[in-house]
Amino acid sequence: MSQFLAPRPVQRLAKFVAAGTAALCLTAALTATLQAQTIGVSIPAATHGWAGGLNFHAEQTKARLEAANPGLKVVLVTANSASEQANDLEDLVAIHRMDALVILPFESAPLTGPVANAKRRGVFVTVVDRGLSEPGIQDVYVAGNNAEMGRVSGEYIRQRLNDSGKIVVLRGMPTVIDEQRFDGFMSALEGGGVDVLDDQYANWNRDDGFTVMQDFLSRFPEIDAVWAQDDDIAIGVIQAVRQARRQDELFIVGGGGMKDIVKRVMDGDRLTPVDVLYPPSMISTAMELTALKFVSDTPIEGEYILGSPLITQDNAEEYYFPDSPF
Amino acid sequence: MNKLDLKAAGPFIALIAIFVIGVFVNEAFLSAGNLSNILARSSFIGIVAIGATFVITTGGIDLSVGSMAAFISGCMILLMNGLMETFDSLVLIIFLAILASAAIGALAGLVNGLLTTKAKIEAFIVTLGTMGIYRSLVTYMADGGTLSLNFTLGDVYSEVYYGTLLGLPYPVWVFLAVAILGYVLLNMTVFGRHCFAVGSNESVARYSAINVDRVKTATYILQGLCVSIATIIYVPRLGSASGQTGILWELEAIAAVIIGGTMLKGGYGRIWGTVVGALILTLIGNILNLTDAVSNYLNGAVQGAIVIVAVYLQRGRR
Repeated sequence: MSQFLAPRPVQRLAKFVAAGTAALCLTAALTATLQAQTIGVSIPAATHGWAGGLNFHAEQTKARLEAANPGLKVVLVTANSASEQANDLEDLVAIHRMDALVILPFESAPLTGPVANAKRRGVFVTVVDRGLSEPGIQDVYVAGNNAEMGRVSGEYIRQRLNDSGKIVVLRGMPTVIDEQRFDGFMSALEGGGVDVLDDQYANWNRDDGFTVMQDFLSRFPEIDAVWAQDDDIAIGVIQAVRQARRQDELFIVGGGGMKDIVKRVMDGDRLTPVDVLYPPSMISTAMELTALKFVSDTPIEGEYILGSPLITQDNAEEYYFPDSPF
Repeated sequence: MNKLDLKAAGPFIALIAIFVIGVFVNEAFLSAGNLSNILARSSFIGIVAIGATFVITTGGIDLSVGSMAAFISGCMILLMNGLMETFDSLVLIIFLAILASAAIGALAGLVNGLLTTKAKIEAFIVTLGTMGIYRSLVTYMADGGTLSLNFTLGDVYSEVYYGTLLGLPYPVWVFLAVAILGYVLLNMTVFGRHCFAVGSNESVARYSAINVDRVKTATYILQGLCVSIATIIYVPRLGSASGQTGILWELEAIAAVIIGGTMLKGGYGRIWGTVVGALILTLIGNILNLTDAVSNYLNGAVQGAIVIVAVYLQRGRR
């Protein structure tokens, strides 16, 4: 364990001396408490709503951790692509000499190698949301549960429609995340009387949510519910439904926990009775856990899968962050 | 003369063919609501593409239009939200935002134009640069999230997108007006002839005492104004702007221009072709949404194939 705790210079020195020298371990432990520990946090840049929320919560947690633990330094870097993120990792190791890494990989496969490299240099690794392609690299894994997010949405719609009705589905982009959500959703409907009229990609954005829903509305004279899967898509869907003046015949289930939608749920909007959480604040969970490693003896290694609770009018206040960009 | 007519008819033939496919795919296609949706939807790309017709005819290219649209949308929303505290009249606020939008669009176009003509940097590189700049700026302004228009204001302004005149949504009328103005400017004025001349051969145009730099810069300013007009009718639709706004508009606009028969290398441009090109692009998306005959995964492939066939139709009939 002290292997992870020791600042790098001490660690290198340790390599020269025979492993297990008790005296040296003691020195390492002592210096560890005196020198600042650095946690590197590498996440995708804020290019869409959810990632904007991610960045917001990362900044907030950084400020709080540094204020509460003077011996702790958090370096936050954002990347626009997988290759940029790999470069960031090199900088975090070489320039910032990080002791721990919290990373939400842009893509799993291309970042597995770079993260493994950091790990070989003795960095404590916490992976968030998107798992690496190889097992055994990460010390901590924090993630949302996409399949459950889909399942919770499906179960709500099924129950609310008394197991019979016609729905349309707007999906994100053809990716693993979307696939897991969709499969989870469809499995919740299996064997029941809810009929999925069609599903189309709306690319996780408002404009496509609007156009795809307009076309669904032209095509299907009867729609009882819409699964928009994502709150940005849901915003577009709401406008299209309003334009067609069909807000009385259907309801919309989004996903993510965007403040605008959570606010509607809180206000008891008939069109959006619920939302399903997929919290960007999971980055805070990961950062706090990683910090615990350095400021306490709490054992933290393991996997943490966050739930996707249903946000209803009763509990919406807990999930409402008016200051967050998401 | 006869040959030219056939060539000009190319995009129209493609449009009719796609329309017929639509009718067969789903009876809802012909419903008044769907047709009006298609027209209103094409107006964004259509108006931007009319500006792009001038730029491309003159031998230039503007890749920054999508980001510019996002940036102008962001500025308009911030401005309107800010003015809420100063002015009581919502209509006045919207009017001021529209003026600001036109000013920013013209200025952004001027910057692209001057960097191309005065700093002598290739238009592709200049506008690739400004594309990145505007996209980042709007992401920065929105803090990575989404800028939303004040709700009361949005309610009043939304009439600009959702309202109708003689059964057609306002955006369609704006699209038509811009197309007519564009047609007159390109085909019936000295400026239009200069655009053709500069695009065909810049040196010859220069020797003919045409102020090439001024003509080119003017086309970028026109493009900026067109982006601004598109933005003015885009913002009231969803009342929001983010880093995702206007993504790939530049490619759709260029595609609409080329489908319409304008030459990518410059020297020849056709406004009505561009209008038809924009309609074709919107129709493809609409028809794919109206059917489940095509796998979702293949939507892009169908779109790509139809664009190529549409261009082949008009080139092949030369």
